[in-house]
Amino acid sequence: MANRTIVASAPHIHGSLSTTKLMSDVIIALIPALAVSVYVYGWGVLAVTAVSIGCCVLFEALIQKFLVRGKQTITNLSAVVTGLLLAMNMPANIPLWIVAVGALIAIGVAKMPFGGLGKNPFNPAIVARIFLLIAYPVQMTSFALPSTEGFVDAYSGATPLAAIKGAMYSGNVGELVANFDILGMFAGNMAGSFGEVATLALLLGFAYLLVRRVITWHIPVSIFVTVAAFAAIYGAVSFDDPHLVSNFTLFHLLSGGVVLGAVFMATDYVTSPMTTKGMVIYGVGIGLLTMIIRLWGSYPEGMSFAILIMNSVVPLINKYVKPRRFGSKR
Amino acid sequence: MKTFPIGGVHPSDNKKWSKAKAIETMELPDVVMIPLAQHIGAPATAVVAKGDTVKVGEKIAEATGFMSANIHAPISGTVTAVDMQPNGQGLRQMMITIKREGDEWAEGIDLSTDLVKECNLSSAEIIARIKEAGIVGMGGATFPTHVKLSIPEGKRAEILIINGVECEPYLTSDYRTMLERGEELLVGTSILMKAVSVEKAVIGVENNKPDAIKHLKELAKGYNGIEVKALKTMYPQGGEKQLIAAVTGREVPAPPALPIDVGAVVCNASTAVAVYEAVQKNKPLVQRVVTVTGKSIKDTKNLLTRFGTPVSALIEKCGGLPEGDNRVLNGGPMMGRPMSNLQSPVMKGCSGITVLSGAEALRGEPSACIKCAKCVEACPMGLEPYLLAKQAKKKAWEAMEKNDIVSCIECGCCQFTCPANIALLDYVRLGKQTVMGIIRARNAKK
Repeated sequence: MANRTIVASAPHIHGSLSTTKLMSDVIIALIPALAVSVYVYGWGVLAVTAVSIGCCVLFEALIQKFLVRGKQTITNLSAVVTGLLLAMNMPANIPLWIVAVGALIAIGVAKMPFGGLGKNPFNPAIVARIFLLIAYPVQMTSFALPSTEGFVDAYSGATPLAAIKGAMYSGNVGELVANFDILGMFAGNMAGSFGEVATLALLLGFAYLLVRRVITWHIPVSIFVTVAAFAAIYGAVSFDDPHLVSNFTLFHLLSGGVVLGAVFMATDYVTSPMTTKGMVIYGVGIGLLTMIIRLWGSYPEGMSFAILIMNSVVPLINKYVKPRRFGSKR
Repeated sequence: MKTFPIGGVHPSDNKKWSKAKAIETMELPDVVMIPLAQHIGAPATAVVAKGDTVKVGEKIAEATGFMSANIHAPISGTVTAVDMQPNGQGLRQMMITIKREGDEWAEGIDLSTDLVKECNLSSAEIIARIKEAGIVGMGGATFPTHVKLSIPEGKRAEILIINGVECEPYLTSDYRTMLERGEELLVGTSILMKAVSVEKAVIGVENNKPDAIKHLKELAKGYNGIEVKALKTMYPQGGEKQLIAAVTGREVPAPPALPIDVGAVVCNASTAVAVYEAVQKNKPLVQRVVTVTGKSIKDTKNLLTRFGTPVSALIEKCGGLPEGDNRVLNGGPMMGRPMSNLQSPVMKGCSGITVLSGAEALRGEPSACIKCAKCVEACPMGLEPYLLAKQAKKKAWEAMEKNDIVSCIECGCCQFTCPANIALLDYVRLGKQTVMGIIRARNAKK
């Protein structure tokens, strides 16, 4: 080709960031938690993950090719992230066809009809999870107990949150709280969706995302602080023993989807606010709603609903919460 | 270590290509073309005509009003034309063409290199000499220096800041000037302090230039009230508002507020040297140091160049343009202007010629905005580039004005950082120009 003089306006250089790189970092950050899940629940975890990712990518490719008819978008890896997160929100022993239905809801209902990546108002993995929870409540809450025997199925255990919900109705919460194995929960030794149990590994992923500057601390930390404060106050009112209060607080931080949700689901770029102030408001909102649903709602877990509800508030937050302009009051 | 309070990015500085090259003098061109508009404000008015002979340093165009600047002949010879010629972007503008004969300087200009420290002129006299010499901001903004130094009624300057930041990647002309002409820079700074009646001056330099910081600190011991301050490297610290905030902690409010509203006057380091030459040596602004650089430039240089020299001559001097695609910039890669006409002349605001070659010359493919908020995080003015770009596409000028578009300094941090490769600044710039036009029209009606 002949020598060309290229004319384009400034800036003439670009940093190293790209959508694909950011998505890859999220995937890398999820690998420790996935590895722990495989160790705890066996190879079934990988089957669910593979089906979920495979279906998400396939559905996006097909919809993009035949319905949207634009440039193929699967190389940005966002469908892989959605698939991975969706898988991590399911029990390890769930029938694989339900996983495929979830992927169809995530990509075919929550993402592509709005125009694909960047346009969806709600987090696709959360929408799919909630759909499955309502459509297949039995399968979605039959959790395999931790095992290292390979594929596990058939036997189910109550999640700690379900246990405490039960205890709240029967009135022996104190005894239950006193006996929580907090350390075990931290390491991943509890029943639940397979991605949410390995708290330590999830926090490792959080650290990675912070170091790589993929996300900022604002959303996860404001969720953690709100959940902890709410639980501590509720605990202080309910129990006299300070040991029970601290156990109750740690329990709410470590159980269910708080860590997975706060670090990986609530921080989804598309469905979270654009300013740091907005992120804090959004995080506090998620924390509050989670605790309200957990303590007074009919579902044992409130994280997904809380994120979904706060997703709907994001446009409003973006409209009214502005960054501090240079030169204006601090 | 200090820096400015919000936003900013870290482009790799790429100064290694030319930082070790001492300033060399560029050969005199045979013909120069001198545009009458090389500064912000009204273009100068030519005071020579075809057939006139001129000496170096003779005034060839006079400032048109206060907000304008004089222009002097950079070579001696005969004026062959005063007409419209294409500039670097291919747009025609008024230029004076001079054919060179020898190198004869006008009388009264001190060409010796002896350092003259003593200056007994009053503030008004200093400013008059600076105005006469046609000095404008040499960092690229080309704001007439005498205007900046004329403090408006009711305002008071408290601090003079010398901008030695050079945050643009690649460029090293200010850096070489600080290293090689440090004494002149400090005398120039003292003169500027006198001009605006301040007791304190700070020379701000980013910490990626430790030798310049050390050198100037050593020299500054011999001068009263001048402090050399190392700043944490961060683009766009060389922006006037960012530098004032980094040095003083004060933020200039949104336009129409000016630096003087927080008591600061900022001058570029090369401008301070030009001020020294104008006031102490009676030498008008006829040349400057231009960095010629780029990863594929064979022999990068820092060239002391007379104005009007064609850009192509500088590039030839450095080994010529590489084969293939090239993006040739007047300035650095963050804010430089792209050139289509390389026969166009070097002007007062040209601190460097940066050549980006091959794949580097091309823009990446844009994809969908993923609302990652990186642009909001990067904006040093606290704006929301994603939103402004969206509103510009919709021509929602009123909404853009409400979202403080006029505060945009066009630094390019948003576009630099955008992972989706969206040309955010293209849209924002379009919106800003349109909104400023609307505001001007509204004010004119009043």
